[in-house]
Amino acid sequence: MTESTPVIEMRHIVKKFGDFAANDDINLQVQQGEIHALLGENGAGKSTLMNILTGLLQPTSGDILINGQPVVVDSPSKSDSLGIGMVHQHFMLIDAFTVTENIVLGSEITKGLSLDTKTAAKKIQSLSDQYGLAVNPMAKISDISVGQQQRVEILKTLYRGADILIFDEPTAVLTPQEIDELIAIMHNLAKEGKSIILITHKLDEIRAAADRVTVIRAGKSIKTFPVAGVSSQQLADLMVGREVSFKTEKEPAQPKQTVLAIDNIEVDDARGVAAVKDFSLEVKAGEIVGLAGIDGNGQTELIQGITGLTKVKSGHVTLNGKDVTNKKPRQITESGVGHIPEDRLRFGMEVDMTLSENLSLQTYYKQPISKSGVLQPAEMDKLANKLVKEFDVRAASIHVTAGSMSGGNQQKAVVARELDRDNDLIIAAQPTRGLDVGAIEYIHRRLIDQRTAGKAVLVVSFELDEILNLSDRIAVINAGKIVGIVDAKETNKQELGLLMTGMSLKAAREALKEEVTV
Amino acid sequence: MVVQKNNFSVALFSVLFGLIVGAIIMLVFGYNPISGYIALISSAFGSMQDIGGVLTQMTPLILTALGFTVASTAGFFNIGLSGQALAGWVGAVWYALSFPDMPAFVMIPSALILGTALGAVAGLIPGWLRAQFGASEVIVTIMMNYILLFLGNNILQNTMAKSIKESAETTKQVGHNASLQLKWLTDLTQGSSVSTGIFIALIMIVVVWFVMKKTTLGFEITAVGLNPDAAKYAGVSAKRTAVVAMAISGGLAGLAGTIEGLGNYLNFFTQNSSPSIGFDGMAVALLGGGSYLGILGAAALFSVLKIGGLGMPMSSGVPFELVDIVIASIIFFVGANYLIRLIQKRIKAMDEKAAAQDAAKKSSKAASKQAKGGE
Repeated sequence: MTESTPVIEMRHIVKKFGDFAANDDINLQVQQGEIHALLGENGAGKSTLMNILTGLLQPTSGDILINGQPVVVDSPSKSDSLGIGMVHQHFMLIDAFTVTENIVLGSEITKGLSLDTKTAAKKIQSLSDQYGLAVNPMAKISDISVGQQQRVEILKTLYRGADILIFDEPTAVLTPQEIDELIAIMHNLAKEGKSIILITHKLDEIRAAADRVTVIRAGKSIKTFPVAGVSSQQLADLMVGREVSFKTEKEPAQPKQTVLAIDNIEVDDARGVAAVKDFSLEVKAGEIVGLAGIDGNGQTELIQGITGLTKVKSGHVTLNGKDVTNKKPRQITESGVGHIPEDRLRFGMEVDMTLSENLSLQTYYKQPISKSGVLQPAEMDKLANKLVKEFDVRAASIHVTAGSMSGGNQQKAVVARELDRDNDLIIAAQPTRGLDVGAIEYIHRRLIDQRTAGKAVLVVSFELDEILNLSDRIAVINAGKIVGIVDAKETNKQELGLLMTGMSLKAAREALKEEVTV
Repeated sequence: MVVQKNNFSVALFSVLFGLIVGAIIMLVFGYNPISGYIALISSAFGSMQDIGGVLTQMTPLILTALGFTVASTAGFFNIGLSGQALAGWVGAVWYALSFPDMPAFVMIPSALILGTALGAVAGLIPGWLRAQFGASEVIVTIMMNYILLFLGNNILQNTMAKSIKESAETTKQVGHNASLQLKWLTDLTQGSSVSTGIFIALIMIVVVWFVMKKTTLGFEITAVGLNPDAAKYAGVSAKRTAVVAMAISGGLAGLAGTIEGLGNYLNFFTQNSSPSIGFDGMAVALLGGGSYLGILGAAALFSVLKIGGLGMPMSSGVPFELVDIVIASIIFFVGANYLIRLIQKRIKAMDEKAAAQDAAKKSSKAASKQAKGGE
């Protein structure tokens, strides 16, 4: 790439919130036609920087130059008019509208008083042909896949004439195959002259997609360099500021007696449609079983069924030989289950209560935290102080509200509470979602320690790296059914990716063999 | 809905603005606001009897406000406090009149418990309907206010024995065995109807505070109110807790009604509308900002306004309705606390600016002084 005037240049950006500098002298240069990755831990200041670029926040000091011209981006609409478009992590789409309706929303072409959807659809079709974004403009959002919905988001920015596209954690919801497709789309866009800023903490994707990367740590831009020839390890070390180990070391598993036995269960979702069907799985003491699958294939309902939060319609859940099917959540918890819920803000904690209260959320009614129905705040704080120290939960005090803590520390608090009770079974759903490498490493270590201590661990995750790193055995769920159970040592991402789409193990292995021979 | 934790200054500003609105209205209609407010204050504190009246007025407001707070902590908007209070009132008076010979030490506690229980049942029904079927407690409690209002009137007019009635519209007065009034208190307040009820209400502030802040039950109610999913996850039965909270809420309202019946009016008479103590209690809780001390202060303020307002027409000619305008304005400003916070922010910013200018002036003066000194 030739060095020319950068499309975007952010110079010495400082953004202070009170005394706290979220951005502390950040420099960023993006060239035309470049895919530029922005790498940093949670809270490093990536989002703040992008919010400044898209006009949601104003910098305390520093300059923004677009094509060499200094600009003031003081509102999102200003950012739009400068050709900056954002592809959000959480899609901003209306389910009941068609692709076209969603794309034109807010900048509709009208014919008299009515919408001119035909012209709009034509324009969308030509954009989607130009950039290889295959999607049917007349399909309803609720009828298309997540990957296609993301394409709609991309088309939305292109339709509004964006030349600079910001992708915020775009792969969080995609399957491995969809991720490959997305990366191909990004390359297409770059080839057509669009510039892309890719925000992510997934190192493999940076290496697969980006031309250059800027590492941000603690509000400062540390370094910008070409991605070619850099290893994931180097990227991670730079991001965290110390050496990080990816592969959590673990001895071979020594599975013992069966702790959790799920026998042919069926669980309905909120609409009353069977989300889990004929599902059977065993987890033994001293092993980690990973449940891989794309979001929305029955994982949530399965966990809620096991833990008593939802009724199991048929079949049995047995814990240490005892039938716990459809027992109350507290009875199941007390039979020795620790549950790290997938949505920590909705289920895992009371965000408006204090950290200390949250750490007692499963034990508040027991001695010594309460005596004859009266809470003992001193005991509660004692437990909280112990857990905070033991699990390295960082908060200004144990009396701050849980909602004011960072995601990583919230998760550590949930993990601390669930692991501290010396349970026989740990159910960890998305245990590291949205966390950075440092926190992921820590939580993985803790889960493996549980296995070493002879506990049964069930990990449910959409992240194949996580599943592969932690599990001894891997079960793959698709449409509420187990597609296959494989030994973690004998499988790989490609195979799991195919299983996740519902292909049988045999078919997947054959397909992969063909690929190799071809 | 959980009562928002307003800070003290929001409450203070709301009261101030409410009084200002009242003053403006008085001015517009040709009254003198200063003499109007002086009349209000002197009517509320002019004599021991007035003070007794204020305390009598405060008693049910404290209890219904506590009831509202408990329900709202659990995530319920209990508009049915009026009906629940009425249930306690009718039940306790009926019971007291039916057993005129029961000794006081049996009658009073049992009547208080009965009235509380009736209120609790009236609160429990909408609580259960929401927990079980998701029926909106707002609609159910509003409708139950009507049911209980007309049920109460019907019991009075058609069910109660002639022997315990004064007329078709009024019961006889409850006997000494059931009256909560104390001779020394009545004498001290020159014949006001203040009763033991005020002490019960004060004790209940402490009891409810303790239950809500210090016990596992209060912890569960708070947890369910803040996040029912997380509470369920932690093994709390969200349904049971919600029903219990509504029963406590209704029970407190029932107790308020019982004290109205056995302490204040000493009888029951045909009601034209749901008793206002229920709605005023909600207002007190909102002004109190979810704090238990705040409830005490807000109940005192409202009672002073109401009792003081009664004296206003006589001494200053300002109609009594003005007090309702002031109270309504106060609640309006509590609700519009965003506005107050904005004003506070502006004032703070102006102060800072002024301070900065001051400092700049001072330093420039100091500099010029120094310069002069140097000459």
